[in-house]
Amino acid sequence: MKEPPSSWEDGSPERLYVITGGRSGPSTSVQLDLVTLVVAKGPPRPEMQPEQASILRMCQSPLSVAEIAAYAGLPVSVVTVLVGDLMAARRVHVRPPVPAAQLPDLALIEAVIDGLQKL
Amino acid sequence: MDFRSSDPPAGPREADILPQTAAAAVKVVVVGGFGVGKTTMVGAVSEIKPLTTEETMTRAGVGVDDTWGVARKITTTVAMDFGRISINDELVLYLFGTPGQERFWFLWRGLFEGALGAVVLLDTRRLEISFDVIGRLEERGVPFVVAVNSFPGAPDHPLEELREALDLPPAVPILVCDARRRDSSRDVLLTLMRYLHSQAATQEAM
Repeated sequence: MKEPPSSWEDGSPERLYVITGGRSGPSTSVQLDLVTLVVAKGPPRPEMQPEQASILRMCQSPLSVAEIAAYAGLPVSVVTVLVGDLMAARRVHVRPPVPAAQLPDLALIEAVIDGLQKL
Repeated sequence: MDFRSSDPPAGPREADILPQTAAAAVKVVVVGGFGVGKTTMVGAVSEIKPLTTEETMTRAGVGVDDTWGVARKITTTVAMDFGRISINDELVLYLFGTPGQERFWFLWRGLFEGALGAVVLLDTRRLEISFDVIGRLEERGVPFVVAVNSFPGAPDHPLEELREALDLPPAVPILVCDARRRDSSRDVLLTLMRYLHSQAATQEAM
């Protein structure tokens, strides 16, 4: 088994605990997927928590939860808590992923095929 | 102004910003062992430089070192790389590369939920790992194709032999690719989409 990395500053459980106020899941009932797109309704306010302010700044245009996590240097699990709070405070809109039923619909797959062929 | 240039940028570069019209996203998961080329494949087709997200896995170290009866905690950081392809003005496809071990899949809640499908990047040196991955995907009802990354020096196996060794159902596509190449990696994704299409079409006809 490999030893964990020695740098603890950024990803330490203690720091993450503080950022989320000790919560491990979002407070809203809306499920946030890795590819849920988040869009800020406006610029951050001075009194906001720095991590939330940073999310609002990067979400002036739609950005997925996974991208927010990567740019913020935070685990997805922490980002979903923060985005959940921003949703509750009506500071962001979210655009949920295309709901995949048991099998996705033909039009969706055809659109993806069409897009990939242009790559 | 931020002078800490070594830090990751606090948001997407100008060129990586999605249009306001981006209405919804879909995802595809690339599953494979360490070093089989997941990140290479994601990077080959992604319109953005692949990004990394990390989760921390903490578990009690019981059975690992409990000589002194001390409940040690073991913390491991597991990274997942991903990329993005804008399909059109409204639809975005995300590609996530994840390790083959199922215990990692739970770190990213909902990684496979709602995924269109998966690409299993085969490690021909350790077929048993992929065998396991395929079993898990079948259990979860995630449609997949199998891609064999042919990097230089990799043992050359006929596809039908691999299909048999992996006990793949006849309908599941298996193909050779070069994960470093954009066109080849794109063809893997196209194969997955055509497979999904044929499945969905069959379903609709019933």
